[in-house]
Parts: sequence; structure tokens; C-alpha cells
Amino acid sequence: MSLAQQRGRAEMPDDITPEMLARIDEICARYRGKPGALIPVLQKVQEVVGYLPVAVQERIADGLGLPGHEVFGVTSFYSFFSMKPKGRHTIRVCMGTACYVRGGKEVLERLERHLGIPVDSMTPDRRFSLEQVRCLGACGVAPVVVVDQDTHRKVMADGVVDLIERYE
Amino acid sequence: MSKLRPADLDSLRQANRRELALRLDHQRPPGHRFRKHLLICGGTGCHAAGSKAVKEVLIDELARRGLGDEIRVIETGCNGFCALGPVMVVYPEGTFYVSLEEKDIPELIEQHLVGGQPVERLLYKEPKSKERIPQMADIPFFAGQKLIALRNRGLIDAESIDEYIAVGGYQGLVKALTRMSPEEIIAEVKTSGLRGRGGAGFPTGLKWEFCAKAPGEIKYVLCNADEGDPGAFMDRSILEADPHAVVEGMTIAAKAIGAHRGYVYCRAEYPLAVHRLQLAIDQARERGLLGQDILGTGFSFDLSIYQGAGAFVCGEETALMRSIEGQRGMPRPRPPFPAQAGLWNRPTVLNNVETWANIPQIIVNGGAWYAAMGTETSKGTKVFALTGHVNNIGLVEVPMGTTLRTIIYDIGGGIPKKHRKFKAVQLGGPSGGCVPAEYLDLPCDYEAITKAGAIMGSGGMIVMDDSTCMVDMARYFLDFTQDESCGKCTPCREGTRRMLQILERIVNGEGREGDIETLEELATMIKDSSLCGLGQTAPNPVLSTLRYFRDEYEAHIFEQKCPARSCVALLEFKVDEEKCKMCGVCYRNCPVGAITWEKKQPARIDLDKCIKCKTCIENCRFDAIY
Repeated sequence: MSLAQQRGRAEMPDDITPEMLARIDEICARYRGKPGALIPVLQKVQEVVGYLPVAVQERIADGLGLPGHEVFGVTSFYSFFSMKPKGRHTIRVCMGTACYVRGGKEVLERLERHLGIPVDSMTPDRRFSLEQVRCLGACGVAPVVVVDQDTHRKVMADGVVDLIERYE
Repeated sequence: MSKLRPADLDSLRQANRRELALRLDHQRPPGHRFRKHLLICGGTGCHAAGSKAVKEVLIDELARRGLGDEIRVIETGCNGFCALGPVMVVYPEGTFYVSLEEKDIPELIEQHLVGGQPVERLLYKEPKSKERIPQMADIPFFAGQKLIALRNRGLIDAESIDEYIAVGGYQGLVKALTRMSPEEIIAEVKTSGLRGRGGAGFPTGLKWEFCAKAPGEIKYVLCNADEGDPGAFMDRSILEADPHAVVEGMTIAAKAIGAHRGYVYCRAEYPLAVHRLQLAIDQARERGLLGQDILGTGFSFDLSIYQGAGAFVCGEETALMRSIEGQRGMPRPRPPFPAQAGLWNRPTVLNNVETWANIPQIIVNGGAWYAAMGTETSKGTKVFALTGHVNNIGLVEVPMGTTLRTIIYDIGGGIPKKHRKFKAVQLGGPSGGCVPAEYLDLPCDYEAITKAGAIMGSGGMIVMDDSTCMVDMARYFLDFTQDESCGKCTPCREGTRRMLQILERIVNGEGREGDIETLEELATMIKDSSLCGLGQTAPNPVLSTLRYFRDEYEAHIFEQKCPARSCVALLEFKVDEEKCKMCGVCYRNCPVGAITWEKKQPARIDLDKCIKCKTCIENCRFDAIY
């Protein structure tokens, strides 16, 4: 028995369906052997699953024929990849310089207080994930908050609670 | 779609140009179907402001009134005047409308498009004189600019190759492929004096020459669209407004260095830019302007987009290449430079979006034309992303050597809040520095900005009024670089963290004697010994603020005071009864009802209820709360 087998594999979380696993295998098969495939594969798998838990990373490593540490190394390096599940709605507060000097920090603090969670986490009812991002390039309308696909401009701390409460 | 030949492109241009006469010549050519073109901005800023909905209402309402055949609605890329979005220009007259809402549309159609009278209240209002300015060309924000890289912004449909061709698009490519040798192309770019617009300012022609001379059959052309500097959005804007210019520029370089394959490395945070660029690539391929046997000349070059995954360090060239190779984006020591051994260890030219957008114009008009603009060492124009505490937030393209005062006051319209004063301008993002008021007459070129303690960088220009704390600003940027440090080399990984810890202590009122000296020592060490540009420049925000605002650091450390009244830990949230004008603004704005006030009485803050949100401080025009 190899060392890896002795150590055992990470357990696949319950929310990952057999259909998702089939999609993951399909994506890996399409990219296997191609140079530079890992990042596009991780992007596509995250679109399917929503996040990249260790068990999914191991599945990708097997599918692409890569060592597990390489997949983990890349996944943990890029901020776009998340190893934690996401809430139904993702709130992203821009912390670019323009947003910061125009009140983005206060917006984030207000949200943390209102939701009762620190940034980069999810509310216990899985309704919201709260994240900060590095400049969305919409500096002209700072401060900016993105909820799911909707970009909201000139969001001030006083108005942000009403704004997110619209998202069930 | 048939593949084009050089002669076809010319006749296509002439035919398409007629379609654009309303916009380009401000008149309707005889027999032209439309009497008006409405160009509504579809950049990210205007999208966020609701331009999509406005556009739909506009189209529906025109159709309902049977005007759909006379008036054409066109969505453009970023117009540049982001603060007042959604913006729309009506041609042929060139009337500029700002901050449009869906409910404004019926009135606008009735009064202007049918009645011929512009709707006064929707026109741009000059902040100082309060005058309405109907024509886009007369608005100071636009009048003071010189557009080369941004020449097609707000003018053409970014998703139409025909419109790009109509305004002279792909003429540079035709010239480069049919009438110029690779050496001549490189010579032209060298003559232009163009330097890399991504930040370092390396001469573009020289870079191409190194790569052209490097031995090897396989070479690559890359575009750096990983615009990571917070507060910079010119690359996003160019890709959204004029993606074909980048495709054309890269193809010209491919011919010059003998490459047949290229990649655009674009941030995943820019979905619209990726979408438009992909459309442009597909259209160019369909027309035979990309792919096999371009324009029937036998030259082949193809391009694909590679989406980043959120790592600031990937804007560094060697890290970017590692990332395309599918690995962690960590820089490696240079030499060898990418021109010798870049992507997959092959000779590679990497330029940034803005640099690429300049290339077609340089080829069409000649290097000497470009070099006639700018200063001794910095030629041509530069795009700045003007943001922060300034009236006309947006993208500004000006000749190199234009002063900060012209950009911030004439084009930017100055500071918005009357009771606030200009304090500093932050140039060059996290690698740059803060430049104070005494440098307002500084001509912006690479050397002058470096001498003032900042860098040109990608052209971020964040204006700050006197409510901004310079120590907190330095902390903000260190927080950024510390978080984005890839961890490969120790000085950057550990050094930035130590600097951040000290700065955090200072803004929390726990600064100690000797902190400033330790910061300076660490800064020098990190600059000297880091592996890549990220670490080498990371201490710049601290060094520049120490150079110009040392007294603010000292006030934080020795007097436990934040002179800008920004650092919460150093504020008492008390009312200075001598300064208080008893106006009640703080009372009305407090979100938690912690302030009591009656007419002709100074306000009082109940510290048990106060949540220290600073709303009162921001709203007090007399600086009476400390």
C-alpha cells in the first residue's frame, strides 16, 4: 500500500452530486495532456460545483494525471478559487483605491456588523457570502458593491443594508 | 464571410465610412437611411448605472413611435466620463446627455428627437459656472484631451468590425504586412519613442528588436490585460471600447518578430472586456485578418484569450507567463529576459493593452508623428484613470508632459466638496507614491514623476482631499502588497508584513518612538533585495508619504492624533463647541441617533450610542468634531 493510500482520501462533501462528478471527469478528459490546462480546468469545475473542496481537487489531479500537491498549490494561490462553499448570494465589496477613499471600508464594516460575519465567510443560513475584491475597474462610480452579477454603484454605508436585503 | 484582400479592405472602409458620416462629419449624407445616431455608453461604469435598461426603453419607445427606421441606437464601449453615466451622444449634432434614467426617455424623444430642442436639464452642468454645455466637444473634460489609444471610445460600436474598419481600422496591418519588412516595422516603433504603458516604461521598439534577433523558430506575442492596480481601468476601457485595436497591434508585432501565436492574459474580473475581445478575435478570423494566410499575404498569426484567476503578481511578466503555463504565478529572476526565454522558454514579446492600442496609429501615421508629441524622454500620449476626490472622474488621455494641475483642475474640474482642500495625488498604484500640492505643476512624464517619488505605473491617478489620512493610505497599500506578495522571496513576503504590522499599530494609536526609522530601514532593504517589481516597489507608498507627510506620522505616534480625522482609534467623537456652528447637519445624518441637538445649541454626541461610523465627521463642514 502506498503512503497516499494509507493516508486515505478526503471525503467528498454531500452537496456534490454524481452529475457534478461526471461533469468534472468530462472536463478533465477534454484537457488531459494539454499544456497549461490546470487553471482553465479549475475555472470550469468551479463553475459546475461552485467551489473546490480538497476531494474535488483530488478528483481533478487523478483526471489530469497530476500530483495532488500541484493542484492544491495552484488552487490555493489564486484568489478566484474558493475551497469553501458559497452562499446563495455573493456580495463582493470593492476595496480598490478609489472605492476605499470614497467609503468602501465603511461599507464593508457595516455589512460585517449587519450580517454578523467577518469578510470571506458565509452566513449560517447560507444566504450570503461576503467577500472583498481588488478593484473591479469601475472606479468612476465608486464605491462599488457587486451582488451576484449586479454591479451597484455609489453605494454608501447607510444604504447598503437596504440594498442587500432585496436579495432573498 | 469571405476572406479579405488588402484592396477589399479599402473599398470596405469607404463603404462603411458612409454609414458613419453622421458621427464623423456631423452631417447626413444624401440618401442615408438614418437621420440620427444615438450612441449610448455600454462600459462597465455605465452598465452599473443602468445604461442597459435605458437603451432598451429607448429602442422600445422609438419603435412604438415608428421612429425605428430613422433613428439608430448604438451601444459603444466606455466613453470615459464614468462618473456621470449613463451617458449618451446624439449625432449629427453631438449633443451630450448625462445621468440618463428610463423615465427621461419619452421627454428626450419628444423634445429633442422629434422637436429638435435639446433637453436642458439632462445636459452636462459645469460644476463651477453651473452652465449647461450641450456639445460634447465643448465640455472641458473632453476638450482638454488628445486621443490616440482611446480614439474610438464612444464613437463606434465595439462589437462591430465594420465600424472599426470604417474609421481606418486594420490599415496599419495592411501597411505592415504588404509594404514593410520586419526591420522597418521595428524601426518605425523605435522612432516613435513609444515606451511600455504598463508601468516600467521600457522602449517598445527595443524590446521587439531583442525578440526579433533572438534565435528560435517559435516565438510568442502576449498582451498583458491583467490590470491589477487598484484605481486603474484604462485597459478595461480600451478592451471594452476598441478591442480590434489590440488585435491589430499584436498582429503587427507578430509580423515584426516572426511569431505565429499570441495570448491575451485578461483578468477574470473583467467579463465584458473578455466577451468583446473574444467577439473581435472571432470577427477578425472570419474576415481573414487573423489566422492562416492573413489578407492573402501568406503570413499567419492566431490569438486566444487566457483568463487570469485573481493574483496581482501575475501582472509581472515572468509570473504572467508561468500562469499561462498553468502554474502558480510566481516570478523568476531575470535574465534571461522574456525576449530571449519567455513563455514555454521561447522568445516572447509582452506589452500592455494601452501600448498595443497605440501601435496601429504609429504604423499608419509614422513614428515621427507620434514622437512629435510629449517630452524629451517620454513621447506620445498617456491615459490616466482620474478618480478619488475629483469632480470629473473618468479616463483622460493627454500628451506626456501635461501638468497635474491641468489634469486635475482643468480636465478633472477640481475637488468636489467646497470645504475640502486638495491634499495629494496618488500616482502609479501600489508601486507608486503620493505627491503633494507643491508638485501640481509637475509635467507628467516618466522621469519627472519618478523624481517626485512616485511612478508613472499604469496611469492610476487618485486625487485625495484633506479628509484622507496619509498614514492610513500607506497602510492600505501595504495591506494590498502584503496580501498579494506571492511568497517566493523572503524580503517581500516577511518585510511587507512587518511594515504592515508597524503601520497598523500607528493608525491604532499604538505607535512607538523608533517606528519611523524602522519603517525606513525595512523599506530600503525590501527595495534592494526583492526578486521582482512587486517587492521592489512595495515600500514606495510608505517612503513617499514619509517624505512629504512625516508630520502626520509624528502626530499619530507622539500626539495620538490623526490630523485628517480619519483614523477611528485616534478620534474622541466630541464636539468642539467653539467651532460648532449649531447647524444640526450631524444630528440629521447620524444613523443611530447618538447626537442630540436643538436650534442655536451646539450638538452633543452620546458616546454610549455612537458606533464611530464617522458620518458626522464627513458631513460637518466646520471640522467641529474631533
